[in-house]
Amino acid sequence: MSKEIIKFNNVCKTYVTMEGETEALRNINLSIREGEFIAILGPSGCGKTTILSLLAGLISPTSGSITIWNKEVKSTSQNVGYMLQHDYLLNWRTIKQNIMLGLEILKQNTKENRDYALELLNEMNLLPFQNYYAHQLSGGMRQRVALVRTLAIKPYILLLDEPFSALDYTTRLRLEDLVSETLRKRNKTAILVTHDIAEAISMADRIIIMATSPGRIKREIEVPPPLRDPLPFSSRKVPEFQKYFQLIWREMNENENESIQK
Amino acid sequence: MRMKTNQSKNNIQNPLPQGGNIIKRYLTRDAKSPAHAEYLKRERIQQLWVRFTQVALLIFLLALWEILTHYRILDPLLFSQPSKIWSMFISMLLKGELHNHIIATVLETIVGFILGTVSGTLIAIIIWWFPFLSRVLDPYLVVLNGMPKVALGPMFIVAFGGGYGGIIAMAIAISIIITTIVVYGSFREVDKNLIKLAKTFGANKRQIFQKIILPASFPTIVSTLKVNVGLAWVGVIVGEFLVSKQGLGYLIIYGFQVFNLTLVFVSLFIVAICASVMYQGVAILENRILRNRG
Repeated sequence: MSKEIIKFNNVCKTYVTMEGETEALRNINLSIREGEFIAILGPSGCGKTTILSLLAGLISPTSGSITIWNKEVKSTSQNVGYMLQHDYLLNWRTIKQNIMLGLEILKQNTKENRDYALELLNEMNLLPFQNYYAHQLSGGMRQRVALVRTLAIKPYILLLDEPFSALDYTTRLRLEDLVSETLRKRNKTAILVTHDIAEAISMADRIIIMATSPGRIKREIEVPPPLRDPLPFSSRKVPEFQKYFQLIWREMNENENESIQK
Repeated sequence: MRMKTNQSKNNIQNPLPQGGNIIKRYLTRDAKSPAHAEYLKRERIQQLWVRFTQVALLIFLLALWEILTHYRILDPLLFSQPSKIWSMFISMLLKGELHNHIIATVLETIVGFILGTVSGTLIAIIIWWFPFLSRVLDPYLVVLNGMPKVALGPMFIVAFGGGYGGIIAMAIAISIIITTIVVYGSFREVDKNLIKLAKTFGANKRQIFQKIILPASFPTIVSTLKVNVGLAWVGVIVGEFLVSKQGLGYLIIYGFQVFNLTLVFVSLFIVAICASVMYQGVAILENRILRNRG
């Protein structure tokens, strides 16, 4: 088993506003191994996105600590790439200029890095569109560009915040395969936030089920190799898939009832 | 998917009837298919009718004006006469009595317009950069914006003198606050997720401004240009009413004082043309700048 690179130690996060405070996360303890694909599954408002923002160094925990390679996360770092729910391509830039955004900000806009970004674009079959503007591309193509933009800075860890939720079903299935394949090939560690059970089972090595108010980890489920090894689309055809789907479904619906009783 | 396809190939597959007279061919130019030709023809005939009606309306109004004043139904002393206006315009133009006034006013307008827009945008940048400052300045901006800037005219003349200075100050004053408010508003309305995106790459404040906020607000800044062209004209004309010894605003006031309404109309006619040309210029600029945005 490869070594653990990400650790959450008793992480709590409370947001304070004029109206008062909201407890977003309570006592999160979590370790993630190198090359592992984690899916965080839970209802809206369970602090899924907060976990990613903490890991990315965009916000800091109220208490507890997060470490990557035993170093505490204090600010954003090039080791972590963040893919948002929508592509957020800049409409005044061409596709090529869009994928260079991270390199520009990090002041690493060298020929070598640019070539690497274009190579990634080529891998996504989008090289012919490099001089197009974002609005000329379909939703699936745009999200692929966003993936290239994230990977162009060569992060070790990828945070995926419901990156497929805005896409139509067919595109979504195709992208799940593409993303899985790309990340596996490069042995990236990935954390996917989703509320789609099937997506979590088909893509992840391990699923973290969260409960809401306050956000906390309810259960961790290790996905067995027959489901883990094939690409997401093929995993959906494996007989165990349904079993796991039912298991997680029950787990999540318990959550639902719990919060209604409150 | 909205991708460019090679349209010219379709032309070959759908040969159009080559016959027909020259008008029909003109109306159906660039057609991709017979149905498209039919559609183009309808649209273009409609467009021609609009143009024709616009011209006809203008001719009708001018003719009405001419006839009513000719037969003294309207007093030509008060309302002048299109023919008199035109001949005065031509004679003044030939005698070289107009160009100094036109140049003065147009220059003042352009300078006032550019300075008003640029400094309004700069103030917007400063208050975006310092959120504390923006909260402090908020009520001041509201009061200044509500203030009719023209009322400050005497102050500007005292402060900047009765020449170009006072007039340009008037033109700046009238556009600067609204530019600041609109541009700052557009800075704030930039999608927070675009800022988050830049932050995930570790962008600092300057980079966020340069790579995200400013380019995202560009359409708004350009559209304030259009508004400011009009405002600058108001400022300059009012400024010239108050002080100047030349310019189109001066001609209007002078013509009114000596009760030469024909001169007033000549000046108004020139103002209308210059203002339209400048507005169109800015509109073309806007199109160029924003052409590639989705």
